Amino acid sequence: MSSVAASPAALAPARTRRPSTFTVYRWELRKLISQKRTYLGLALVMILPVFFVIFQDVHQRHGHGLGNIFAAQITQSGLATPVLMLLFLSGFMLPVVAALVAGDIVANEDGNGTLKTILTRSVDRGQVFAAKTLAAMTYAALAVFASAAVATAAGVLSWGFHSVTTFSGTVVSAPKALLLVFAANAIYLIPLFALVAIGVLLSVATRNSAAAVVATIGLVILLFIVAQIPGLEGIQPYLLTEQLQNWQGLLRTPTDWAPIAHSAWVCALYGVPALFAAYLTLLRRDVAGG
Amino acid sequence: MSHEAAPPRGDEAQPVRARGLVKRYKDVLAVDHIDLNVRHGDVYGFLGPNGAGKTTTLRMALGLITPTEGTVELFGHDPLREGARALQGVAGFVEAPRFYPYLRARKNLELLAALDGDGAAGRIDEVLDIVELSPRAGHKVGGYSHGMRQRLGIAAALLRRPRLLILDEPATGLDPAGMRDMRALIRRLADDGITVLLSSHQLPEVQELCDRVAIVDSGRVVYEGALADLRRQGGAGYRLRTTDDARALDVARAQAGIERASVGEHGLGFEAQEQHVGELSLALAQAGVGILALTPELATLEDLFFRLTEGDNGAMPQAVEVA
Repeated sequence: MSSVAASPAALAPARTRRPSTFTVYRWELRKLISQKRTYLGLALVMILPVFFVIFQDVHQRHGHGLGNIFAAQITQSGLATPVLMLLFLSGFMLPVVAALVAGDIVANEDGNGTLKTILTRSVDRGQVFAAKTLAAMTYAALAVFASAAVATAAGVLSWGFHSVTTFSGTVVSAPKALLLVFAANAIYLIPLFALVAIGVLLSVATRNSAAAVVATIGLVILLFIVAQIPGLEGIQPYLLTEQLQNWQGLLRTPTDWAPIAHSAWVCALYGVPALFAAYLTLLRRDVAGG
Repeated sequence: MSHEAAPPRGDEAQPVRARGLVKRYKDVLAVDHIDLNVRHGDVYGFLGPNGAGKTTTLRMALGLITPTEGTVELFGHDPLREGARALQGVAGFVEAPRFYPYLRARKNLELLAALDGDGAAGRIDEVLDIVELSPRAGHKVGGYSHGMRQRLGIAAALLRRPRLLILDEPATGLDPAGMRDMRALIRRLADDGITVLLSSHQLPEVQELCDRVAIVDSGRVVYEGALADLRRQGGAGYRLRTTDDARALDVARAQAGIERASVGEHGLGFEAQEQHVGELSLALAQAGVGILALTPELATLEDLFFRLTEGDNGAMPQAVEVA
């Protein structure tokens, strides 16, 4: 530090051109991309469909596959594979992957002290909150669609691009089935985003990455248990975990919009207050970590 | 404080103006009615022992934590109410500067520049040169030494073209050469017109760099004002060598305005205001005592600091100012 190359404080007072929330969001994504653990969850949900297809293929050749109703359906067309994978992963695995990032996204920076670093720049807490929430949701969506894409590719390569039979027994053409597969995954994002909102709230409130991730996953498990308790059937339609299967309405003919609409408002009841509480908490709390 | 006129806003407003800042954590009073006045061009030392409330005060100044009572304004803007807008022209770090260890130094600066806007990205090479980190800019911060992170913290602050630089213990943990370089850098930045608020418990650093100081102890400001005034008023000491020190001691003790006179290995020591020293020299001459040497010994900042923060402050000035 021997010579000042240019006078840093020649430095006319800074003009006011503050960064947009999109800029902050873009950097949140870049931070996610730069961390190895980001890829662990993605790798898991992308490898599982491949293993699944290999396993099904082997079983089918040995004559065991047809005994399973899902396997019987899946072998009609490769396009049934992503549906079956969504059925398997939507209940727990995808929520876990989403929780890994949502629970971590604020608490990690708080613990490492980088939250104070970014909050002393030219962006407001609201912008940071919005960018982080959007980044966590983007990651969750990426995990869902990456899994669907791999499952579709693996299924089509194994069993071809053919028409499929929907849950209601109607046969739909391959192109329409492909559209339905990705639409179903998009619908699945509604409860997943609500879960992300809860994860972000826990991340802000606990200031502890591990605690927030575990608590988010714990909530999913707890709601599954509550759903099994006799006598509590009345609240079952309002449990967040029940909404994780909302996408199945799209794979009926005609499309059953009722569970999707029900899921949308139930998820809003979970997600919107969680996001609002997280925002207020971050806005008002002391940033003293690191 | 409530009787003061509303402070001016904008460029003419004080870089830092805190009034009655209080921060209470349950039963712990971390900051107890602190007033600060950092003026344009100051290199302002914020001194105090560990746990005195320095960092908490700086966090409140940057809007990171909410005061329990009181207000703080940066160039007339309240960071708590106005958020990032109030931090325009302000940069620095509290405690240690923190970065993303998995990103390279340059990438960290790119990120922060993006969050600054206003063309900060175009200054990355310049600030890396200033802190002499250009050769290591491509390395991940996770592998940086403490000193390199401190320098990167300064670089990150300079990206914002600050008019006010808030630095919390910037030399802590640095080796002697690193401390020297850090002081030289802060001096140069101050010479370039940046107002510096420097929190430290490194007294030589403050003595060398700062022109005004606030000394805090147990959450309260025990002195705020010019460092020179503090040293002058803190009891000007003198050392006197004479042809007859024993006789000189008797004369000194009999003289009004001469305090704490004693004879030691290096002659006669005493404390007095300047006019009383002149009277003493005349009295010594009348008593037939020849003066061999008379040298002023200003109290060091260290002496004053310990007197103020360890209870022996009866003779200390209470120069807490209100702008």
